[in-house]
Amino acid sequence: MTKKTPDTKLLDELEDGPWPSFVTGLKRLANDDGKPYANMMKDLMGQLEHSYETRRGYWKGGTVSVFGYGGGIIPRFSEVAEKFPDSKEFHTLRVQPPAGMHYDTDVLRKMCDIWEEHGSGLIAFHGQSGDIMFQGCSTDNTQAAFDALNEIGFDLGGAGPALRTSMSCVGHARCEQSCYDEVRAHRTVINAFLDEMHRPALPYKFKFKFSGCANDCVNAIHRADMAVIGTWRDDMKVNQDEVKKYVAEAGRKYTIDNVITRCPTNALSLNDDDTLDVDNESCVRCMHCINVMTKALSPGDDRGASILVGGKRSLKIGDQMGSVIIPFMKLESDEDFEKLEELSETMIEFFADNALEHERIGECIDRIGLPAFLEGIGVEIDPNMINHPRTNSYVRTDDWDAEAEKWRERQAARHAAE
Amino acid sequence: MNEIKTTPRRAVETGVPDPFPYMHPLMVKNYGNWDWHDRLRPGVLHHVAKNGDEIWTVRAGTQRQMDVHTIRKLCDIGDQFAEGHVRFTTRSNIEFMVSTVDKVEPLIEKLTAEGFPVGGTGNSVSMISHTQGWLHCDIPGTDASGVVKSLMDKLHKEFITEEMPNRVRITTSCCQINCGGQGDIAINVQYTKPPVINHDLVANVCERPAVVARCPVAAIRPAMVNGKATLEVDEKKCICCGACYPPCPPMQINSDDSTKLAIWVGGKHSNARSKPTFHKLVVANLPNNPPRWPEVEEVVMKILYAYKDNARHFERVGEWIERIGWPKFFELIDNPFTRHHIDDFRGGRSSLNQSTHIHF
Repeated sequence: MTKKTPDTKLLDELEDGPWPSFVTGLKRLANDDGKPYANMMKDLMGQLEHSYETRRGYWKGGTVSVFGYGGGIIPRFSEVAEKFPDSKEFHTLRVQPPAGMHYDTDVLRKMCDIWEEHGSGLIAFHGQSGDIMFQGCSTDNTQAAFDALNEIGFDLGGAGPALRTSMSCVGHARCEQSCYDEVRAHRTVINAFLDEMHRPALPYKFKFKFSGCANDCVNAIHRADMAVIGTWRDDMKVNQDEVKKYVAEAGRKYTIDNVITRCPTNALSLNDDDTLDVDNESCVRCMHCINVMTKALSPGDDRGASILVGGKRSLKIGDQMGSVIIPFMKLESDEDFEKLEELSETMIEFFADNALEHERIGECIDRIGLPAFLEGIGVEIDPNMINHPRTNSYVRTDDWDAEAEKWRERQAARHAAE
Repeated sequence: MNEIKTTPRRAVETGVPDPFPYMHPLMVKNYGNWDWHDRLRPGVLHHVAKNGDEIWTVRAGTQRQMDVHTIRKLCDIGDQFAEGHVRFTTRSNIEFMVSTVDKVEPLIEKLTAEGFPVGGTGNSVSMISHTQGWLHCDIPGTDASGVVKSLMDKLHKEFITEEMPNRVRITTSCCQINCGGQGDIAINVQYTKPPVINHDLVANVCERPAVVARCPVAAIRPAMVNGKATLEVDEKKCICCGACYPPCPPMQINSDDSTKLAIWVGGKHSNARSKPTFHKLVVANLPNNPPRWPEVEEVVMKILYAYKDNARHFERVGEWIERIGWPKFFELIDNPFTRHHIDDFRGGRSSLNQSTHIHF
């Protein structure tokens, strides 16, 4: 006998309106009688309607994994399974997307076929950490679903106290502002530490994110334990003919109000002939003028990345952004990418060895102080790491001369290398 | 008894998939060699490579949580009207890439006809990034998908046009962990009552020292209730953050009337012009009112249109408020300023006005 689709008076109201409705999608699946997921989705809709009525969630966690892995599945067991038995298990498979979230229709169709056979037919592109979320799988089907996805080249992502799934922006694939090969950086770093992702053993989560420029399209500074943000250190490139064209078209006042005076460090000036004067030593590579004058301005040629460490949201000590740990590193040669991988390894190892349970690396830095952290990871201090020097006098300075000498030696070594 | 016929298949730990097999051929060919871009109209990007190659991208909104029929429909559109290659943005928009400009209009028409709004580029309101909610999360206070659907219905016009002073990034989160992230406008669950503890279950379900350690204000301590080892909360100290609830589900933080929504403004990820910022509290205690959350919608619209009407070109919401000052902002959106807006947590004093810079 066909199971009845539940009445969903409240959810039905979310079918109206111009934006695509997830409820309509859920209903389509619930009404796919004959498909293996139809009854599960009927009860899923029933439980969701129940949540809308009572304003409460009814899922609890548990332990579900696939052979050889300790993470990557988000187990969900219903607390109201007696009322909605066919969706009593509704686990999610977190699956890592291709770097840059590129797909062809063929692989998307294959994913649909797999999820129609083994899961609920509901897929989210993507979760907030970047995973493709295959939502809704019974415990029994989890292994088969993963096997099928793994056969077409996809692997589980991170969950729990582990290296998490990463994201990279579209970058080199379609963006002229991209300052390093994001695909290579993303795959090099994450694929080197898959053991940390698949078998959770860290103090807490650790996230990498890769943005090709300071526009930070994957929100790395706020959300990543280690953010790799593209930048350059030589002069910004200016095509003065295109600048003139832009000024002629947009108007001089508009250009001054929206480009010149919006520079955060007053590094721009419009010349009397409508060409642009750039004070590159004052420029902080914020991207605003380049965003506005896409044809006239572009990043310089000496490109690489800034590394910021310690971003996270509120729990437990309050919001933290990543802060600069490496002001600049080249990201071009094989050797450069090996250095990035080594730095990532150092970071993960330091985190594993020194963070307290359930402490993110930003909180760890907060607890021990940046100088101790830098000493721990073997990185020299740099004035680009701070907004300003300390304002309180609570510091012991009797080794000042020795510390100053270290600075002089480093500067001398740097000048010798240049 | 049947013998177990097969041992489980051992995973091939492939990690992050190589995107090049899926990428549009023009993107593969010009990888790292793009020169400039412009936008033909809202929802359409036009990129030109250094060798003169051109590619057009049409961006459309999705419901993020998609049934296989929706995904297949998008694939059909991708095959018939585009060139079989797509990508998703950070905000769950889908992008179709085409190699000739004449394919752009028919693709837009088809997407629009099938109910996928084309837009989300430039100075628009893009799709709201959001979390799982009642559909799937184990600790949700609300259903972000429903909040987002309700708001995006109202914001549809602002998605398909580029009429905002700068881009607007809205986020929602179903608990104070804030998986939705920072936003120009953020709609987040804000609990208002301390957890209600089921003392019969704590000892069996929760690792008590770990739960004690999670509390940001040290309000949780071990206790014995009816002869059972459990935890208790000093309700005078408790800030109702919900941090104890994930590691200890018997400390229920949600209820049908105490779980509320708060709205925050001025979060910014980009480094363009000003440094990245966190969002700041505007209003709390809004009812968690499914299926359409009208009270939330009203405040979001008020903020959004005050911004649209008053901000200068390229000012993000936070940058606009920075210029006009918080007194003016609260006046413009007719919102009370309360003691709860003043940060009294650790480090909060740095958010006070330590100057005579006063807006009159």
